[in-house]
Amino acid sequence: MSHITLPRWWLFSIVLLLAIVPLGATTFHLQLGAKIMIMAIFALSLDLLIGHTGLVSFGHAAYFGVAAYTIALITPKYEAASFWLTLPAAMAAAALAALVIGYLVVRTAGIYFIMVTLAFAQMLYAIFHDTKLGGGSDGIYVNVRPELSVAGFKLLDLESPAQFFYLALIALIAVYWTLNKVLHAPFGRALAGIRVNEQRMRAIGFPVFSYKLGAFTLAGTLAGLAGYLAACQFGFVNPEILAWHQSGTVLMMVILGGIGRLHGAVIGAAAYVLLQELFSSSALFGAYAKHWQLFMGGLIVFMVLALPHGIGGLIDIAWRRRGGVLNVESGDG
Amino acid sequence: MAEAILQVRNLTKHFGGLAAVENVSLEVRPHELHAVIGPNGAGKSTLINLLAGDLRASSGQIHFQGRDIGSLPPEKRSRLGIGRSFQKTNIFPSFTALENCRLAAQSRDPRPLRWLRDAHSYQSIMAKGQQALAAVELSERASDLAFALSHGEQRQLEIAMCLATEPQLLILDEPLAGMGAEESRKMVNLIKKLNATHAVLLVEHDMDAVFQLAQVLTVMVDGRLLASGSPEQIRADRDVQSAYLGELEVRP
Repeated sequence: MSHITLPRWWLFSIVLLLAIVPLGATTFHLQLGAKIMIMAIFALSLDLLIGHTGLVSFGHAAYFGVAAYTIALITPKYEAASFWLTLPAAMAAAALAALVIGYLVVRTAGIYFIMVTLAFAQMLYAIFHDTKLGGGSDGIYVNVRPELSVAGFKLLDLESPAQFFYLALIALIAVYWTLNKVLHAPFGRALAGIRVNEQRMRAIGFPVFSYKLGAFTLAGTLAGLAGYLAACQFGFVNPEILAWHQSGTVLMMVILGGIGRLHGAVIGAAAYVLLQELFSSSALFGAYAKHWQLFMGGLIVFMVLALPHGIGGLIDIAWRRRGGVLNVESGDG
Repeated sequence: MAEAILQVRNLTKHFGGLAAVENVSLEVRPHELHAVIGPNGAGKSTLINLLAGDLRASSGQIHFQGRDIGSLPPEKRSRLGIGRSFQKTNIFPSFTALENCRLAAQSRDPRPLRWLRDAHSYQSIMAKGQQALAAVELSERASDLAFALSHGEQRQLEIAMCLATEPQLLILDEPLAGMGAEESRKMVNLIKKLNATHAVLLVEHDMDAVFQLAQVLTVMVDGRLLASGSPEQIRADRDVQSAYLGELEVRP
């Protein structure tokens, strides 16, 4: 069920729409939009593992969090750090963490893989929670957002909600484009083969371990991009961002949107964030708003039962009914 | 006589107290078809899994082209030139027939880390996949999904996947299993054709096919090697007759 990509003109229209949003939106909505796009990048990176390689990671927040802590730790207290320094550093730290942990965990499969990815993420959580390294359980502030300038000219002002929204949009487009390319390239086709029939892949000579490790590292690096942007947006990092709740949240986004389709991860992230906003609104739910997780959980159980291919699957069906042909990869139904 | 491409010496595999394969030695020479026969439970499939690397032997040696491969994982053995088919059809059912073979050919691409260019734009790999399909006469089904192929076609596809990796030795595990007469005839002809250019180790229950194809036969019973020799020698062997071929009308 993978490799279903939305028609190009759909994607263009959506991007165009998002590009004009900041012209008339409030700060609140801009920040909500940026948050959705950041979580969408996070969900896309996880779907590379779950939907396209067949590796269900339950510790993906680790790489998101490592990148977030990296920018928080290398940013000076009272002045802006360079975007061009902090972003590569944060992504490299996430990549390194994913490479080291991946080297140990991709040897396992199934339930064991789920458990060891969780265990390593919880180890990182404990390091940040119980040591002074990142301010302990209180976390640390990113007081000044990084400066994004080229040759002395300030390209984007990350303190401006509208301009930060654009940065998140550009990052999301870049990640979507990259993953779409990767999945159609020889590397991505090999990952699809591993997902479908790992034993066969070995028998025709693929070093499956290296491919899985490559996918795990790439996914961790992209999760790091999301973590970097999240730290920039909220200006604050604490151990909760690499705790298992966060890994569970992004997993639910992927499931909600439909595993194995890139647009599914984006839709799932948007649906999750918006539903959370809805259920935690005290204007609508009064005293129950505090218990938003209860309604959220119930709704997710219902949606998983009613929509086995997620919301993304529903869109695929609607598109087919209209007589359109989705760009289904010829190599993979 | 040519140097053996595959040499197996005193190969043994224990599962707990059970010896599934015990002290088996055999050789396969280039362009030779060596068939391994024996009743169910004789250890034939275990032997194949030992040779292909899915199982590690308890003791004994496996040499391929003079190199000790006994401790290599399956993917390394495949890359050295051993192509195998499985007893139970083992393909990528949700991929097209061509993609099954293209992916197999891709495994030999020395540039595995191409991340951004479309896999189908690599002409030489596409061509290898197409050639492999043509070799098993499946070109017409190239764009059909593999699960939609008939059982016989899926078995052919599995052999095509092996061919796309350009092996020197083909290990075929019951390629005729579950096939009708017509499909079997086609498969026998295919194996005969492949044998002209490949060494083949064949495990098969269909005795007509085995005696048609094999130049050398090894008979296994209870994990042990009972007899080995030319088809004529095996037919004449008393032990084999009583242990295994008794059920067969041995033709004069």
